[in-house]
Amino acid sequence: MSDLTALTAKQAVDAAATGDLDPRELFQAYRAKAAADPLNAYTWVADETPEYDSAQGALPLGGVPLAVKDLFCTEGVPSQSGSRILEGYLPPYTASVVAQLHAAGAPLLAKTNQDEFAMGSSNENSGFGPALNPWDTTRVPGGSSGGSAAAVAAGSAPWALGTDTGGSVRQPAALTGIVGLKPTYGSVSRYGMIAFASSLDQAGPLTRDVTDAALLYSYMTGRDPMDSTSLQHPEAIALPTGDRLDGITLGVPEELTGEGIEPGVYAQFEASLKLAESLGAKIERVALPHNSYGISAYYVIAPAEASSNLARFDGVRYGQRVEADDLVSMYTRTRHDGFGDEVKRRIMLGTYALSSGYYDAYYGKAQRVRTKIADDYRNAFASVDLIVTPTAPSVAWELGAKSDDPLSMYLEDLFTVPISLAGLPAISIPNGLSEGLPTGLQIAGPAFSENRVLSAAYALEQAIGFDATPGRI
Amino acid sequence: MIDREQVLHVARLSRLELSDDEVGRMATELSSVLGHIEKIGELDLDGVAPTSHVVEVENALRPDVATPCLPREVALAQAPAVQDDGFLVPSPQAGGES
Amino acid sequence: MSETTQYETVIGLEIHVQLKTVTKMFCGCGLSFGEPPNTRTCPVCLGLPGALPVANAEAVHYGLMIGMALGSKLADRSIFHRKNYYYPDLPKGYQISQFDEPLCLGGQLGDVRIHRVHLEEDAAKLVHVGASGRLHASDASIVDFNRGGTPLAEIVTEPDLRDATAAAEWLRMLRTTLRALGVSDVNMEEGSLRCDANISIRPVGQAEFGTKTELKNMNSFRFIERGIRAEVARQTAIVQGGGRVEQETLHFDPRTEQITSLRSKEEAHDYRYFPEPDLTPVGITTEMLDRARAALPELPLARAERLEREHGLSEESAHLLAFRSELGDYFEAAYAGNGGVEPQPLANWIANELVARIGADVDPKDSKVAPGALAKLVSMVGAKEVTGAGARQVLDKLVADGGDPAAIVEAEGLGAVGGADSLGPIVEAALAANPDVAEKLRGGDMKPVGVIVGYVMKETKGRADGKEVTRLVREQLGL
Repeated sequence: MSDLTALTAKQAVDAAATGDLDPRELFQAYRAKAAADPLNAYTWVADETPEYDSAQGALPLGGVPLAVKDLFCTEGVPSQSGSRILEGYLPPYTASVVAQLHAAGAPLLAKTNQDEFAMGSSNENSGFGPALNPWDTTRVPGGSSGGSAAAVAAGSAPWALGTDTGGSVRQPAALTGIVGLKPTYGSVSRYGMIAFASSLDQAGPLTRDVTDAALLYSYMTGRDPMDSTSLQHPEAIALPTGDRLDGITLGVPEELTGEGIEPGVYAQFEASLKLAESLGAKIERVALPHNSYGISAYYVIAPAEASSNLARFDGVRYGQRVEADDLVSMYTRTRHDGFGDEVKRRIMLGTYALSSGYYDAYYGKAQRVRTKIADDYRNAFASVDLIVTPTAPSVAWELGAKSDDPLSMYLEDLFTVPISLAGLPAISIPNGLSEGLPTGLQIAGPAFSENRVLSAAYALEQAIGFDATPGRI
Repeated sequence: MIDREQVLHVARLSRLELSDDEVGRMATELSSVLGHIEKIGELDLDGVAPTSHVVEVENALRPDVATPCLPREVALAQAPAVQDDGFLVPSPQAGGES
Repeated sequence: MSETTQYETVIGLEIHVQLKTVTKMFCGCGLSFGEPPNTRTCPVCLGLPGALPVANAEAVHYGLMIGMALGSKLADRSIFHRKNYYYPDLPKGYQISQFDEPLCLGGQLGDVRIHRVHLEEDAAKLVHVGASGRLHASDASIVDFNRGGTPLAEIVTEPDLRDATAAAEWLRMLRTTLRALGVSDVNMEEGSLRCDANISIRPVGQAEFGTKTELKNMNSFRFIERGIRAEVARQTAIVQGGGRVEQETLHFDPRTEQITSLRSKEEAHDYRYFPEPDLTPVGITTEMLDRARAALPELPLARAERLEREHGLSEESAHLLAFRSELGDYFEAAYAGNGGVEPQPLANWIANELVARIGADVDPKDSKVAPGALAKLVSMVGAKEVTGAGARQVLDKLVADGGDPAAIVEAEGLGAVGGADSLGPIVEAALAANPDVAEKLRGGDMKPVGVIVGYVMKETKGRADGKEVTRLVREQLGL
């Protein structure tokens, strides 16, 4: 019997629909691979195949199982957001998007490893050990959705859900040679996603190709009455077709010069631009003058919101508690022992930025920078259809290489962060290798332009023909 | 630019216990990050409205209709300490916030 | 400051009103009325990871009604903020409240200006249980989240009040207004109306305010009055002694009349307010305004004007009946039940005699005196079927046992002894029995007429009408 796990999700869906594939067998095949877990990609794997009836194969997502980032609440299944403070936490409810996908035919395969509370770009901040990059297990898979990316790249899951706040779906996708989509803010419900930064967090698919990403995303959207910030997507999401970019203008930020980017990564980016031109696209420079302030603004806003979102982890109602004689000590010791260093750093940063006397200089200012960045993109999209950049400035680095310098880690998010601040959709697709490690191309569009983004990504994906694999496990 | 005093103050606001060592390290690391963040101080942003909601939506309100509550056992199921059907905690000091 | 300096008290009030919606402010849990602990919760009001708030449209509606009733300016666009602090009754580690873009700004009720009205969620309940074997700590509490998330309207006044009695009176006026709106039970004992007072003193004539303290946890009108008075005395003593008032949060113990410190404001939390990213702004639409306006009942000021106009009541009476709506309701029921009764005497009997007998905080409709019965009694007084003194006795009986005033008059023999036929001979006898008094009266000195009246009263067991007696005396003496 051929390896069922070699099929893309869409191929498996089609096969299930015609009865050529038994979803139960597919689930078992993936379950076995996930359980082996040499990459520490998982925090929990289903130990049973869900009961299937024959109708499961006829559902839109064909019974093709889904790996889900640890921070999505899944009823009765550990949901820890990669943190010891929530070790073993079993929520009494399931996140809206996970429930929605399950109802559409994508049952829960496993929970994946992540940077603690989604704070990180390497998955080294996990309370449960780093996840490893299948391309080179001495290297990071990126983060914070490192486990989801590693799982899909290694072929132990057909597709996965991650979350992206400043790049946490796109960047690990780039570092592991797969596709990652961050949708327009508000297009996917956040109800049940353990929060990091409320105004930035969005769930997104991590998949083997653009078609799978479009398919999964199309069943993720929808206004959820449980999430005040969620909206109905104005368009139906289509599976992309077409292999040309005629009539499309791609914008490249003026400020992008190659400086601060690894040469190999930059070379692949330039090659992608040439390829795009050969497909009929026009390339234009656009000014995004406030993008260089993106990291600064992001590292005020995200930690500020996080410092508030994480205040609920106090040992009172759930999670770990360190007993003490008095209440304040209970709080401070619980949080000291339960949170890792990066989380503590960001809580401190965020609290400082909101504190009396500093609000205007930090949080107030950062929110205004955010407005300028969003304005810049609006202006740019008046003259171009999409904006392209490398997804990340480097390929996967060695475990521990950036641990001593938080700032250098933050700068990995250079190209992804401004798009998050503006709430816009963006996809990362693999566009080549540099020294044997994957590089990614980021394609961003105006709000709710996912169809346009997916189409361009699909056309480029066909032309790039990235077929290197890290070797299936 | 952020000294030990300030670190201790912010740690108290955040309800984080920090060892002496950690306070020192935190001061260094935060100063480094803040140094980068200070960049936004260069910009003249007078008259620019802050973005507190990146999506332009108003009035996501819900009708005043009751929905099912959690059974008490479920609400208490993950609690570290329970007594008399409630969440047991050390008492706060005299009447104020903790 | 010398002991001879006169000080003026300055009071502002901060009132929290639990709104009478069906569900909580940010989730669909039904409001709790004494249910067993932790049976009215959900992921949202428990602050579980991943849960998100969604604002209750009806709470916004009630907030608008309150703003309209108080004459506030209603925001075009209002947003929620997070108020961050740590306490076991605050599951998220922040309270969703409003900061610089509240629902309502300004307004006035009576003589007191309103600063603002905003919406927020209530905290849970913390119950002290003392020692618990299950914890290291020597002192434990348990948290019940049933109440957590209940919608609150916070009403803050300007510091326009100048004494404790006025503060309590104004609070009663506010309570009546809110009750009339139907937005809350406004019951202080049950906690649906809570009031804190900000109190300072300053030398009379000084424009600058003195340092203010915040007095919390007073759960009745009387305690508020006494608490404010005690705090004013405390501050005055400090200042007269050459000291300075510290800004702090205080607690008043009504049993001991002691004021104790809850915490100093310097230790007060830095709430780190920022706009709530999980909620959208509330844009007040014309539809919302129309619906709120249509839902407003006759408000007390309007009612007072109407009572003056329709019934010719004095301004004072009309105001009292309008702002003590239980009395106003009772008045209107009584008047409707008895077409012949004079409104002003009826109002007086309700405000003075009835209230004195049943107590100032009792709703007359809960007493045994049916509105129609009181109206009948007042009519009988007007028709001189019973004297004022006799009627008071009847009222005592009505308050104790209910019933019909005419029957009671009959049964107790309290009917007024009226006309010249019955009284005449008794007046004659009185004059005959007191010849020197009669002499003086004949001479034009009316001072001792009380002796004659007293004699007649004794003879009639108080059932004579004093004025009628005096008239007969004059008639018989040819004056």
